[in-house]
Amino acid sequence: MELTPQPPKGAPAKSRLRRLGAAIALPIAGILLSGCTLPSFGARTPETTTGQSVYHLWQGFSVGAVIIGALTLGLILWAVLAYRRKDDTIPKQSQYHIPLEVIYTVIPVLVVVALFVATVVVENKVLAMPKTDVSINANAFQWGWGFTYKDHNAVAIGNTTETPTMVMPVDTDVKITVTSTDVVHGFYVRDFSFSRYALPGVRNQFTLHALKTGTFFGQCTQLCGLYHSIMYFKVKVVTADEYKVWLASFDTPEGRLAAAQAKKVLAEQMSAHVPVKTEISRGAN
Amino acid sequence: MTTTAHNPAVESHGHEHGHAEHHGPRGILNWLTSTDHKVIGLSYTITSVLMLVIGGALAEVIRGQLANPNGHLVTMAQYNELFTMHGSIMIYLFAGPFAFGALANIIVPIQIGAPDMAFPRLNALSYWLYLSGAITMLLGFFVTGGAANFGWVGYAPLSDAVYAPGAGADLWIGGLLLTGFSAIFTGVNICATVFYLRAPGLTLFRMPIFTWNLLVVSILILLAFPILTAGLVMLYADRHLGTHIYSVAGGGVPVLWQHIFWFWGHPEVYILALPFFGMVTEIIPVFSRKPVFGYKGMVFATLTIAALSLGVWAHHMFTTGVVLLPFFSIMSLLIAVPTGIKLFNWIGSMWRGQIWFSTAMLFAIGFVVTFLIGGLTGIYLASPPLDFFTHDTYFVVAHFHSVVMALVLGGMAGLYYWGPKITGYMLNERIGKVQFWLAFIGTQVFTIPQYIVGLNGMPRRMAVYPNDPEWQTLNTWSSVGAIMIGISTLLFVVNIVASWKKHPAGDNPWDGHTLEWFTTSPPPHHNFFRLPQIRSERPTWDHNHPEAKALAHGKEDH
Amino acid sequence: MRIESKILLWLGIFFGLMCAVYWTWSLENAGGVMMFFAMGLCFLPGLYYFWWSRRMGYRPEDDPNATQETGAGYIDAFPGSSIFPFTLGSGAFFVVLSMVFGSWLLIPGLGLVIWAALGGIAEGRRGGDK
Ligand code: HEM
Ligand SMILES: [Cu+2]
Ligand SMILES: [Cu+2]
Repeated sequence: MELTPQPPKGAPAKSRLRRLGAAIALPIAGILLSGCTLPSFGARTPETTTGQSVYHLWQGFSVGAVIIGALTLGLILWAVLAYRRKDDTIPKQSQYHIPLEVIYTVIPVLVVVALFVATVVVENKVLAMPKTDVSINANAFQWGWGFTYKDHNAVAIGNTTETPTMVMPVDTDVKITVTSTDVVHGFYVRDFSFSRYALPGVRNQFTLHALKTGTFFGQCTQLCGLYHSIMYFKVKVVTADEYKVWLASFDTPEGRLAAAQAKKVLAEQMSAHVPVKTEISRGAN
Repeated sequence: MTTTAHNPAVESHGHEHGHAEHHGPRGILNWLTSTDHKVIGLSYTITSVLMLVIGGALAEVIRGQLANPNGHLVTMAQYNELFTMHGSIMIYLFAGPFAFGALANIIVPIQIGAPDMAFPRLNALSYWLYLSGAITMLLGFFVTGGAANFGWVGYAPLSDAVYAPGAGADLWIGGLLLTGFSAIFTGVNICATVFYLRAPGLTLFRMPIFTWNLLVVSILILLAFPILTAGLVMLYADRHLGTHIYSVAGGGVPVLWQHIFWFWGHPEVYILALPFFGMVTEIIPVFSRKPVFGYKGMVFATLTIAALSLGVWAHHMFTTGVVLLPFFSIMSLLIAVPTGIKLFNWIGSMWRGQIWFSTAMLFAIGFVVTFLIGGLTGIYLASPPLDFFTHDTYFVVAHFHSVVMALVLGGMAGLYYWGPKITGYMLNERIGKVQFWLAFIGTQVFTIPQYIVGLNGMPRRMAVYPNDPEWQTLNTWSSVGAIMIGISTLLFVVNIVASWKKHPAGDNPWDGHTLEWFTTSPPPHHNFFRLPQIRSERPTWDHNHPEAKALAHGKEDH
Repeated sequence: MRIESKILLWLGIFFGLMCAVYWTWSLENAGGVMMFFAMGLCFLPGLYYFWWSRRMGYRPEDDPNATQETGAGYIDAFPGSSIFPFTLGSGAFFVVLSMVFGSWLLIPGLGLVIWAALGGIAEGRRGGDK
């Protein structure tokens, strides 16, 4: 630790910086190419194909953030520890160091460009709309969800007391269309690492491709009024055969009847623009 | 009572002319009628800190409710009001007015050697509009139906007459109209002051960074606030005059509100942030006994942030599915560059300095560290795929709390730094340091669990949440952090009381750089008896340490 | 004054470019219109200041070598105190409350506003509150 400020030594500082630049750029490049064995950085491992791309992007960003964060924090701590006031002398009044300033402008620009390129690649994957036969409508309303299936009788509807379940097949591209009848809601399944608004007047479409069967937790994420906190739904991912069986269960006479009734309820919900005002037991879940 | 301002150079040096004393009314009438920027600034400071305390109290209730998954402290309806009003109070009534109305009002004219703001009566009007706006918004708690409950962003159609029928919503709109005009007038005033009332020799590129940032903030205010005002008028028209601008039923477009809101809203986050950036940019060099590192880079970084901030609004709307993702993504990512430049310049200002860890300096360093965390997590959110899975979760809540708590730390730094100038008395350093550590550690204890629980899928604005033990633990920790922050805020009030008129500050307790440290504490009615020659952005320092001029360029380093 | 105007003009140019790129790429009108007006809001004062900077010449505050003496003397009359900002503010307060609680509040609201407008103008003519 120096006691009196000394002029910085130019040349070594420069090569040190160059090495720092490499230390930042290389790992990021490496990670963006293959990002599998890295820690999760707090994110959940997602259960869809697109979710996995997002997960890798998350890891790439995190590596960058950790390196830049550690570097900057290290510099702050070093400055704070090394340059405590020791006496009343006035330190050297240096104000500019153009090469240094250029470096810490140019390197961030390069990092940003890299992050942007990776973003666009993943974004295109996540938003791709491959052709598929499985198409589900998710209708949000205050406060519940109705799921209807294109070309099928199947329907699932539920509210805050009775959580609805969206059934979808595994290993298949599923086209989801979210709409809302009243206010803005948010379709969000945490294990799919994806969310999309249900905007009144807009038909929002995206594709989910689940990799694993199971039941996943979904929730409305965009504030939508009184019972926003408990506007839950479930996503049940089943095998293709189970899915067929489930769809067929709505083609029996009883199934048809149940479906017709549910659809009527849904239609009523969709046309009722006035929010339901009754208090229901809080915190039911 | 009118006073004509003269440039102090003529009647300088020792003798006092009558004009220096202020013969206006005293007491409450002084407060009601004063057009002195220092009195108005002080009113702003007290009112906005009061708003911080009120908003903070609401936050403590929110955290109390969330400390366990099925909290029964408040009902769901009350919870919606609580977080709406917490956010609205903090953003519209605390952070903004504190940033550009409080310290700015007091310090900017003094830093440029001006006798007052360019339009003193307009300045007073700004304050009264702000106070009326605050009262209007808070009245919401006392009307039937309660306060506004649609979030501080007021997304249509949740905020229209069908879904938010009460008077609380109208009071929210009315309050925002009033504070909006208040902000616009302040913007006009600061621009005019900075453009026309600088002291001789104080060229634009010799202005202290704090003043620079406020100039840029004022320009942003003038660009952004009229849009919010227009949006609110349309919302009011939808609610009461039968228009259908935001409602599908009548052929309107709900997402238009989001465009308008965020076109104001993102510049607004920089309107909030830049003044605090400016404060720490004053404080760090002074307590390191060095000039600010990379002054010109700092100015250009500020201007770049301002320019870019008008082209990023839809990064708050990535999951709407109706915005141009790549454009907003690259623009948002690019903002990180000038922000990074600022960070490195702050570090550069400390580098090889002689750092004095006063309370103000501690808060400034706490700001830099906390802002670093908030800035880094902002970069994730600027990437649409990553936003898809963090949007509307606690990750976002944590991101902006890292940022806004950094601003609170910066604001405290400003109060400890300029407080002695404003009141004439020092604040207690020991209490101040305890306050700092509580606030700084509390902030991290508060936000870090929120990042994690957000990544675990906990959405924001939830009165209750699924009974997951991990979520519960994380939320409890977050509540602990909130309590620490709350105690630290109370300590600030304690400190004011404890150090009331104890230790006179003298003109220049910190060996400051800028003109406010050249005049008395508190400054006289028209601020200066005399002014030094101005040859750099540190006139007071140059006057006190003529031998220690800033070294122009880094050339001699090689 | 010249640099002041240039800052605004450069901002305006930047917003103009950004607007052009955004609008042609996204074909989304709300943002395009708002950006366009942002550009206008920069050009408006920017051009005005530019025009002034040419007539005003070099001011002491633009001169890096100016001494304090060059700026000595009368600057302007600054009102030391005035009740009319408060009056006008209260008037605006009642006007806004009338939007919520009924138009009868316009009576005190507009009354105060008019009083403040007249009084404020008269005060300004006299050169302040005397
Ligand atoms: C490096 C710079 C920054 C970047 C890239 C950034 C990015 C973002 C993004 C993309 C969002 C939207 C996230 C979402 O809702 O899904 C967001 C939210 C937010 N940011 Fe930042 N941000 C930055 C700095 C700041 C600053 C300086 C402030 C405040 C002074 C701030 C305050 C906020 C607030 C209040 C929200 C939440 C808005 C809401 O209620 O939805 N951010 N930020
Ligand atoms: Cu919802
Ligand atoms: Cu933003």
